[in-house]
Amino acid sequence: MITAQLEMLKSLETESRWKFVDPILEVKDLRVHYATPSGDVIAVNGISFKVNKGEIMGLVGESGCGKTTTAMAILRLVQPPGRILGGEVRVDNVDIIPLTPSELRNIRWRKLALIPQGAMNSLNPIMQVYDQIADSIKAHEPRTPEKIIKERIADLLSLVGLPARASKLYPHELSGGMKQRVCIAMAIALNPPLIIADEPTSALDVVVQRLVAQTILDVKQRLNVSMILIGHDMGLQAQLVDRIAVMYAGNIVEISPARIIYKEPLHPYTKLLISSIPSIKVRKPLQLTSGLTHDLRNPPPGCVFQERCPNVFERCRKEFPFLGEVMPGLEVACHLYDDLKMQQSI
Amino acid sequence: MSYPLLEIKNATKIYSRGGTFFGSKKQVIALQNFSIKIEPEPATITTIAGESGSGKTTLASAILGFVGLTSGQVLYKGSDISLMSKQQHLDYRREVQAVFQDPYEVYNPFYRVKHVFEVAVNNFKLAKNRNDKRELIENALNVVGLRGKEVLEKYPHQLSGGQRQRMMIARAFLLKPRLIVADEPVSMVDVSLRSMILDIMLRMRDDFKISFLYITHDLSTAYQIGDQIHILYQGLVVERGKTTNVIENPKHPYIQLLIDSVPVPDPDHIWNEKLELSAEEETRGDMNSACRFYARCNKKQDCCLVKHPPILYKMDGSDHEVGCHLYKPL
Amino acid sequence: MSIATVKRVKVHQMAKLKYWDTPWFNSKFIVGSVMVLFVVLMGLLGPYIWNTDLAHVGSSPLNLPPIWSEHPTFPLPSIAHPLGTENSGRDMLASILVGAPRSFQIGLIAAAVGMGLGVVLGFSAGFLGGWVDNVIRTLADSVMTIPVLAILIVISSYVRQVDISTMAIILGLFAWAGPTRLIRAQVLTMKERGYIRMAQLCGASTFSIMFKEMLPNILPYLAASFAGNVSGAILAATSLEALGLGPTRVPTLGMIIFNAISSAAILRGMWWWWGLPIVMLIIIFSGLFLIATGLDEIANPRLRGVQKQ
Repeated sequence: MITAQLEMLKSLETESRWKFVDPILEVKDLRVHYATPSGDVIAVNGISFKVNKGEIMGLVGESGCGKTTTAMAILRLVQPPGRILGGEVRVDNVDIIPLTPSELRNIRWRKLALIPQGAMNSLNPIMQVYDQIADSIKAHEPRTPEKIIKERIADLLSLVGLPARASKLYPHELSGGMKQRVCIAMAIALNPPLIIADEPTSALDVVVQRLVAQTILDVKQRLNVSMILIGHDMGLQAQLVDRIAVMYAGNIVEISPARIIYKEPLHPYTKLLISSIPSIKVRKPLQLTSGLTHDLRNPPPGCVFQERCPNVFERCRKEFPFLGEVMPGLEVACHLYDDLKMQQSI
Repeated sequence: MSYPLLEIKNATKIYSRGGTFFGSKKQVIALQNFSIKIEPEPATITTIAGESGSGKTTLASAILGFVGLTSGQVLYKGSDISLMSKQQHLDYRREVQAVFQDPYEVYNPFYRVKHVFEVAVNNFKLAKNRNDKRELIENALNVVGLRGKEVLEKYPHQLSGGQRQRMMIARAFLLKPRLIVADEPVSMVDVSLRSMILDIMLRMRDDFKISFLYITHDLSTAYQIGDQIHILYQGLVVERGKTTNVIENPKHPYIQLLIDSVPVPDPDHIWNEKLELSAEEETRGDMNSACRFYARCNKKQDCCLVKHPPILYKMDGSDHEVGCHLYKPL
Repeated sequence: MSIATVKRVKVHQMAKLKYWDTPWFNSKFIVGSVMVLFVVLMGLLGPYIWNTDLAHVGSSPLNLPPIWSEHPTFPLPSIAHPLGTENSGRDMLASILVGAPRSFQIGLIAAAVGMGLGVVLGFSAGFLGGWVDNVIRTLADSVMTIPVLAILIVISSYVRQVDISTMAIILGLFAWAGPTRLIRAQVLTMKERGYIRMAQLCGASTFSIMFKEMLPNILPYLAASFAGNVSGAILAATSLEALGLGPTRVPTLGMIIFNAISSAAILRGMWWWWGLPIVMLIIIFSGLFLIATGLDEIANPRLRGVQKQ
């Protein structure tokens, strides 16, 4: 029975969109807490995952699950009252958690870039596009000659599909989609091997979203850059990513290749997410759920999803389910699959 | 003679912006010649769909009386809402309620959440004594799947977004309205909790005969629960009719582009064609412009530039109407 | 991995819970309140712990230094006058005990008058808008540009005998401009909030919206601003008194300083004469400032922050 399930899963992943090469990013046991007057809120509960070279990894979850906090922690941008309690973040095999601020400046933007949430609204309103991108280049590579910067910016603008005249414009003269593309251009300015994009299309109209998503794919293919795409729109993720990591209440509950996760989600929470996607092709009855997320300050012993899980049983309430491999590239944190996990580790 | 529940006749709203002493005031047309009729029965969910800048928020504000129209009328049961007496106005407020997009902003952070119910009950004098009041509130909460003792004494920041939004619906329900204007009620709620709220809307329509005006930019949810749909673009209606007809068989190029661009949650089903960048450019027209979608349209013709904004053409006898010269009767 | 760390965190949390109970336990707010309370208590309990008649002229030996210091030119200090006396025979401790609460009282009344006017005008301007807003705003802006001290000097020199309440009211008449603008700004911001729209949808009257929905949310800002206004009023009052234009029959801190200056206390080395009132002023101003900052932090949780780890 177990082998049958494994076989079925393997057959779904007919063609790997990603390869088993060295990981560009390795996160081990990352833990971030936020201090509040009534105790620490566990925002990220010791998560581990890898992003391989040349792949786009989706990080999905709902509000408060910790995905933005994870992105901030990877870039060491967590501000008080949040703090990183422990873990390793290896970028190109260098652990960046213990680095000093000046060493970090070498890593940021050169090895690792971020397109933060709401980036398009954070463009400096009194600087032209050219100056803003030039600024980000000079901040991390101060000795670049002006001529090189000019060429680079021209390249960047064409790469993201903006006309050359856009470099002379101010943010208020650009549309939402164009602003977001400027942010993408800033992120790829120094050709980093890894980009983290936090909800890059969430405030955009549907058609513009498609354009920006296309741009992201273009950029990825041409520069062979790896990406972490954070979002909550499962439909959009399907169009862009190779693998998806699902987060719930600070924990990663499933990491699965895109093809498998939409057809055969393993974790009950993933199943809930997939079935909640409203379809524009078929009218079907609404999927309801019950229960509430627990208080993030006092997680119950055992699985974090126990209050809402339709398949909960005894073990779930006592033992915390660790993320375990069911087959190469597919990990799940759920006691329902303990047998499959054991099979794999044999 | 019975009046329709809500009728809007040729509503137009123009905002003047900027301008100096020497003229050149820029005019933005938020809504142009919008008309709709919602009958008292059967209870329906009418969807007003559109993206940002389409005028749907202006429409909601106009219906709720927060903003006045430049021309046109909003008639409730036959009476113009801008000319109502104080008592009529109070009745209107009671029968036409609203649920807004942000489930946090609508609560006064100083009070516990039960404050919103008390304000409603007290202002409309719905209960004679405390027991009646408590019962009324409890019943309303049960309809949305909540229990009084779990939520009433909490502060807004102690509840989840889904719970807060459900409580807002319960508050609207408490007043026994005929029509609820729901302005993007689920867009700020977690994805897995959205169906619960949409389901509540369906149940209110079926069990309690309350009509909804569901305003949204998300065509997928509109498809799941809407009966009728009107799609706006830059203040004008471009297509309207029965929701299933319009979304399964869109006629207007804008709607076709829109539905095509909704990402399908299937990695094997990526977008059909790569879009040209011109699909994004858009210019806002003024009152006498020709088709607003001209710059982005891939099926444009010369007549689209010349003629006035397209009027609605009926498709084969049904109530499915399109505002596009492609479908004009020959 | 996680289980051991989770347990450790839980123990850590329990210890913290006792310390960080409510936002009102803000260190700045508490320290500031203690300082201000100290001054208030001086006023209430003063007469019972020390004979305040000694604040009258000629009631004590002249020019005694405080008890812990000796001065070559002046007589030896005595335990009966622990903080010394000045050259008209007023006992310093008694003067301070009477003067500090008086100065504080002037500030309170002036700030209350200013605040009261500010609330009424600010709400009207913000909520009603239109010409009401324009008139009030222009008026407030004009009043703010008037050099208050100069006007007060002119007024005070005309009115011969100024008593506490008159001074307070005059100060209050100039203190309303700042609060008016502050409240108007808050009201304008709040008018667009969702819960105000909700209240309008429920048919609530303008009055009820202003007082039941808006006012409770403005209270923290009002309180912080009030503390600042009291500070300002005390400063203005003390400045006037130090120039000799204040009430002359009752001792206030400013008056003590005036007497000290006019009797050349600095030249004579009688540091306790002008020094002690200044210490009291420092306590009052610092206390009020800490209260204002503390209230600011209480009202705005984001300013609270946590120590970096």
